[in-house]
Amino acid sequence: MSITELGRTGAGPASDGGADLAVRAEGLVKTFGTHRAVDGIDLEVRPGEIFGVLGPNGAGKTTTLRMLATLLKIDAGRAEIFGVDVAANPHMIRQLVGVTGQYASVDEKLTARENLWLFSRLQGIAAPRARHIATELLGQFGLEDAADKPIAQYSGGMRRRLDLAASLITRPPLIFLDEPTTGLDPRTRGQMWDTIRSLVTDGCTVLLTTQYLDEADQLADRVAVIDRGRKVAEGTPDELKTAVGNSTLQVQLAEPADVPTAVEIVRRVLGSEPILSPEQGRLNVALDQADLAAEVLIGLRTAGVSISSVSVAKPSLDEVFLALTGHEADDEHEAGTEENR
Amino acid sequence: MSTVIAPVRETVRAADRVAAARRRVSTAETFSQTLMMAWRALKKMRRNPEQFFDVALQPILFTAMFAFIFGGAIAGDVQSYLPLMIPGILAQTVLTTCMATGTQLREDMEKGVFDRFKSLPIARIAPLAGPMVADLVRYTIAATLTFGMGLVMGYRPGGGAGGVLAAILLAIFTGWSLAWVFTWVGTIARSAQAVQGISMMILFPLTFLSNAFVPIDTLPGWLAAFVRVNPVSHLVTAARDLANNASLSGEVGWTLLASVIVMVIFAPLSVRSYKRHM
Ligand SMILES: Nc1ncnc2c1ncn2[C@@H]1O[C@H](COP(=O)(O)OP(=O)(O)O)[C@@H](O)[C@H]1O
Ligand SMILES: [Mg+2]
Repeated sequence: MSITELGRTGAGPASDGGADLAVRAEGLVKTFGTHRAVDGIDLEVRPGEIFGVLGPNGAGKTTTLRMLATLLKIDAGRAEIFGVDVAANPHMIRQLVGVTGQYASVDEKLTARENLWLFSRLQGIAAPRARHIATELLGQFGLEDAADKPIAQYSGGMRRRLDLAASLITRPPLIFLDEPTTGLDPRTRGQMWDTIRSLVTDGCTVLLTTQYLDEADQLADRVAVIDRGRKVAEGTPDELKTAVGNSTLQVQLAEPADVPTAVEIVRRVLGSEPILSPEQGRLNVALDQADLAAEVLIGLRTAGVSISSVSVAKPSLDEVFLALTGHEADDEHEAGTEENR
Repeated sequence: MSTVIAPVRETVRAADRVAAARRRVSTAETFSQTLMMAWRALKKMRRNPEQFFDVALQPILFTAMFAFIFGGAIAGDVQSYLPLMIPGILAQTVLTTCMATGTQLREDMEKGVFDRFKSLPIARIAPLAGPMVADLVRYTIAATLTFGMGLVMGYRPGGGAGGVLAAILLAIFTGWSLAWVFTWVGTIARSAQAVQGISMMILFPLTFLSNAFVPIDTLPGWLAAFVRVNPVSHLVTAARDLANNASLSGEVGWTLLASVIVMVIFAPLSVRSYKRHM
């Protein structure tokens, strides 16, 4: 729990300069029936940064984003975008935010070009300019060849790209991306990352959600970790890693059968529980100081446990998540399904 | 020859955007957004075989089929059945067409694109109003095809072009008013399938328990009683009066009154329950 507090320092509502923030949310709450899907979340997103909301399935990421985007009513708390109150001025917010949802929100029966045309014209862009923007965006997102085909024939990656293109028509200063790479293959995922980075170069601010720890690590300047509707930590990816322990000792045992012995030794030497990796016979041990690695290794050697490889590294966000929430990021059962019903 | 050099993209400045942001949608914007939504509805109609069937094929097929099946039995021969039947088909086609409005709205609301509409700075009513405007085009096509097919089969309306036009306009107006019922169903039902089912249950008795295809005096008393109060019967009679005799009978008045009543009840209901989804 000390981690939680540490993560929250500097994240409390600032008393001054609220208008300077891209997003400022205080105590956001959304209740579905009796289930509090979002249970008092504070967020502060600075202009020009990529802010990641990291959490497992059902954590409340989408719900939070939808409230900020005026798609869902805010049950309690308040939110401002560039100083504009979300609940009081939804029409203004819609002019400032481009939303790319978790599922492609484009018209399946229209072509990519028709979709972009429709969304441009709806936002009051004159016909010649709308045509120009459509062509430009189609080029920018590598969709020229499929521009006049119905979306139904598109791959998942193409849909995502079109969806993002549709959110950029008016070049909004703030862009929400809800799990932008979920379900994409690694190559398409890398392209999406590049695109997201280029948005920030243009002067936009990006608020994205993800279940992927490496994605938050790769993209985000700052990350809020949320779980079961609450924020459990916040900071830069590096800060979060440091919060969990300065480093992690990874030990690969030669004999998986030695695991119980090794666990016992770690307990005795450090007084803490090692994390068992999914791979057979691997232990991850969080260390306050890298020196302690030696103590553990000596202990193992004395007990005759043989080691096939060993490394000391900064902890991955996976370990951060485990340490913060007490369960693994991809552990859907624990993460929310039982509460969903 | 000048080459076009892509301009350096200017940086997005949030403060300028906030200053430029409008607080609400103007009436002019609402209007043009509604027209864009109508454009979308028509584009989709052309690509949707089911709707194409309702609008284009049904008037043609039903006119031919009904004429040959019932013509002899009811009116002695096809020729004398046509003046009775064509206005009936007209009413039926327009009603079937307006049933699709609810199903489509529901489908839209279930799709991801509705989220996009909700997140855009557009009038909340545009996604509902657009299809209603597009419907006017659909009714016009359906009504024109029905009369066209009648003419091909030898129907010579006694009311002349003016009478036929008046009958078509009346049918369009009635269809458009009744569409609000189906729109309302579209906003309250659980799924597009449910909308379809409920709409059918409303539509079938309305069209078939009317005087659309058979004269009322051939029906048993209890049925005739329902048929007589059925608004569709009034529409059919009114359309017959207009198309065959160019006479502006009281039936026209009854039809208009019934349509207005339906609209006054169901348009606000629809808009209210639709707004809950928006
Ligand atoms: N419309 C809704 N009605 C009822 N429950 C919902 C609804 N939307 C989300 N939930 C519930 O709220 C919780 C958070 O959902 P969500 O925000 O979609 O999580 P995430 O995006 O992090 O996966 C989940 O338990 C989910 O089942
Ligand atoms: Mg989600």
